[in-house]
Amino acid sequence: MDMLVGFIQSIPLDLVLIQTVNGVVTGMILALVASGLTFIFGIMDVVNFAHGELFMLGAYIGVVVFALSGNFWLALITSSLMVALLGAALQILTLRPLIGRDPLNTILVTFGISLILQNYALWQFGPVARKISEPITSHFNLFYLEYPWYRLVIAGLSAALIGLFWLFLKHSKFGVWIRATTQDRVMAQAMGIPVPWVYTGVFAIGAALAAASGVLFAPLAGVTHTMGLDWVLKAFIVVVVGGMGSLGGSIAAAIFISLLEAYASIWVSPAQAVIVSFVVLILTLLFRPTGLFVPTPK
Amino acid sequence: MTTAPLDKPMSLKRAGLSHNAIFWGGFCVVMALLIVAPLVLPEFWRRFLTEVLIWGLLAMSSDLLIGYTGMISFGHSAFFGLGMYGAAAALLAFSPPNLWLAIGLGLAGAGCAALFVAYFSTRLRDIYFAITTLIFSQIFYVVIFTWTPVTGGENGLIFSRPRLWIPFLYDARFSSATMHWFVLAVVAGSYLMLRRITQSPFGMVLQSIRENEARTRAIGYPVQLYKIVSVMLSGVFAGLAGVLYAIQNEFAAPDFVYFITSGDTVIFNVMGGIGTLVGPIVGAGFFQLIRELLSRLFGDQFPYLIPLGVVFIVMIIFLPQGLLGFARRWLNR
Amino acid sequence: MSMPAPAADPLVKVDNLHTYYGKSHILHGVSLHVGRGEVVGLLGRNGVGKSTTLKTIIGLVAAAQGDVLYEGRSIVRSPPHMLAQIGIGYVPEDRRIFRLLTVMENLRTGLDRKGVTDARKRELLDKVFFYFPVLSERRNQAGGTLSGGEQQMLAIARAMMLEPKIILLDEPTEGLMPRMVSQISQIIDALHRDGVAILLVEQNVPLTLEASQRIYIMEKGEVRHQCAASEIDINHAVIKQFLGV
Repeated sequence: MDMLVGFIQSIPLDLVLIQTVNGVVTGMILALVASGLTFIFGIMDVVNFAHGELFMLGAYIGVVVFALSGNFWLALITSSLMVALLGAALQILTLRPLIGRDPLNTILVTFGISLILQNYALWQFGPVARKISEPITSHFNLFYLEYPWYRLVIAGLSAALIGLFWLFLKHSKFGVWIRATTQDRVMAQAMGIPVPWVYTGVFAIGAALAAASGVLFAPLAGVTHTMGLDWVLKAFIVVVVGGMGSLGGSIAAAIFISLLEAYASIWVSPAQAVIVSFVVLILTLLFRPTGLFVPTPK
Repeated sequence: MTTAPLDKPMSLKRAGLSHNAIFWGGFCVVMALLIVAPLVLPEFWRRFLTEVLIWGLLAMSSDLLIGYTGMISFGHSAFFGLGMYGAAAALLAFSPPNLWLAIGLGLAGAGCAALFVAYFSTRLRDIYFAITTLIFSQIFYVVIFTWTPVTGGENGLIFSRPRLWIPFLYDARFSSATMHWFVLAVVAGSYLMLRRITQSPFGMVLQSIRENEARTRAIGYPVQLYKIVSVMLSGVFAGLAGVLYAIQNEFAAPDFVYFITSGDTVIFNVMGGIGTLVGPIVGAGFFQLIRELLSRLFGDQFPYLIPLGVVFIVMIIFLPQGLLGFARRWLNR
Repeated sequence: MSMPAPAADPLVKVDNLHTYYGKSHILHGVSLHVGRGEVVGLLGRNGVGKSTTLKTIIGLVAAAQGDVLYEGRSIVRSPPHMLAQIGIGYVPEDRRIFRLLTVMENLRTGLDRKGVTDARKRELLDKVFFYFPVLSERRNQAGGTLSGGEQQMLAIARAMMLEPKIILLDEPTEGLMPRMVSQISQIIDALHRDGVAILLVEQNVPLTLEASQRIYIMEKGEVRHQCAASEIDINHAVIKQFLGV
């Protein structure tokens, strides 16, 4: 008992609060990435292994556009659009021929795509990390640290994008098409909904979400060609822990896991802190395999 | 995957030869070629061939899961890596370094990893299984990468080769040729063992799981148990490949535990032809050959994975049976 | 009995259709046609291939052999969503409304097409709410919360949103109360008055004979009899032969 009290007393409160903010910030970006992934999986039953690479490419394109124009918002929009187009092209060329075949084929194909994109990035941009300078440079005081405003702005933007995305699904015409196709693909076709193009659109939107996350993340850390794998792994963990296909679950899981990792970083190195997310995954698989944040376990 | 292992070419069968005779005939021819190879090839290609055999063994082990049980695993880098590090541990901890201890410890390490991974991932089907094996292999990577005092961390471990010691028969340092023959013996032996396994009643159940898991369970087979055993067997052979690699190259590095090794393995499988056991070895060879060719033609910096990735994707879409399947269909005309 | 002269150029013409389900040969050369604005009944016992014929016309089942012509053009290889857009509506046997979408959203799936003005959309909605007032009451409710009869009405209303030239109606009165059955009958009449052609698959013989101008009778994947609906009644020998127990 004494040990516990001693331990609690030794936790540096200010560090915890700082890490809470950090955790929420990365959590929101992770939520955005995971949203795209779970969206694609929930609608098309495609596990998009290349999602991390789309995130990475989005970040690189953002870096390039920002370097050329100096405008962060332009970088965000251009990158999302370009990667959306790339996503649509990839879906038409490689995923459409696989419709109706064993879904494991799509994992392999998206894995192949991720290899190509990763090596392309290495080839084009080299192994040295690139950076975007902070779009908003003012800071505010969070305890003894000068905490940069732009981190909070990024968290807010991520939340806003997720919100926009949800509204789009609920109310727009394409959103109705997507929901109808998910519920009954056959009748959706009989109602004139061009289902093959719905799938292309879904993939493109998922890709755009990934790219936007990449651009938002770029000012936080360096952009390298290997960042895709780390993010896609975390995104997968988030999607499994949050419940495959559940948007709300993914968001909750993303923040939950990011917070835990941020707290763990107080005591261990960041490289080791990732073990936290692995542990959460193992526990989820053992006790609530349908997802920690899904209301009723079936 | 629902592709099934293919039969031997029909045309030869019609000529009156039995299935078995064709197999053993072909096997002997290939073995003869591989035995003679180190005597006629230059040093570079000798090592190249040996490495292809090692990757081939890794890919073969993965085929047991992908081709026969229908479970795609991205976790083989963990088993390979643990085999490697297990061997390294034996070679560093005991003096003089003992070959069989290295193999034993490597297999034990890989086996434990396989049991651990199998226990968790086999609860899930298909896609979830693939993702969790991937995540587990990354767990092993992170542990090995950060636990520097034990595993050498980022830099890995360096050690010396043990002597090739076959009790009462032989005791000498490995030469390039004897290394090759040793690896060949191990890989060929593994191939024959795996072949036996896949053709046994156990193997038939695995294939039945691949074709229709629900029905297999309904008939009464303890499907999860079979899956766990399948993962463990697969892991042990993958670990064996890791041991061979460690002995051949005299170092162990965390890079091999990284996901890329798993990814490469899956590529060898798909390119060569899943469900054939031999296919993955062919796939490994094909991959390494193209890579070597591209780097000779275009230089070291050429991103060889881009064209190879395209070939990989094209093969999944148009040639799902892989190179071997294509060759067999062509021979069947 | 005398055969009615075939329509000079029918709206939909099915010609020697063969389909398979795996190795089972379902349709053995079905031929029929539906004229513009005509109500045509398709009768037969369970399992003779009536639903399969409809599904093949709308492209949900692939034809192994034979042709389907719409306004003279072959549509047998066209994707279903294109057929819906050019005027073929489909109301399947189990209704299959989008259960998680609201009634309005269900209707929107047919309404949100190219070239439909907002004014026209309002007209179509008004028309459908006039025929089915209960749908107007429940317009923001999820489709899955509707009763069986209401779902059937929604399924038909949804198809009407496509402004189709022909509606393929598969057993609309199955499992409905008599009051609803007569409502369906009235709807079919109203659609006929509007000039919409209907290919009606039904088990309810009197309703079919009353609503249709011509009928076909199928057995074992083939059309075995066709005539004007006025020529026969429920006690006719041919009904007893192909539909009797």
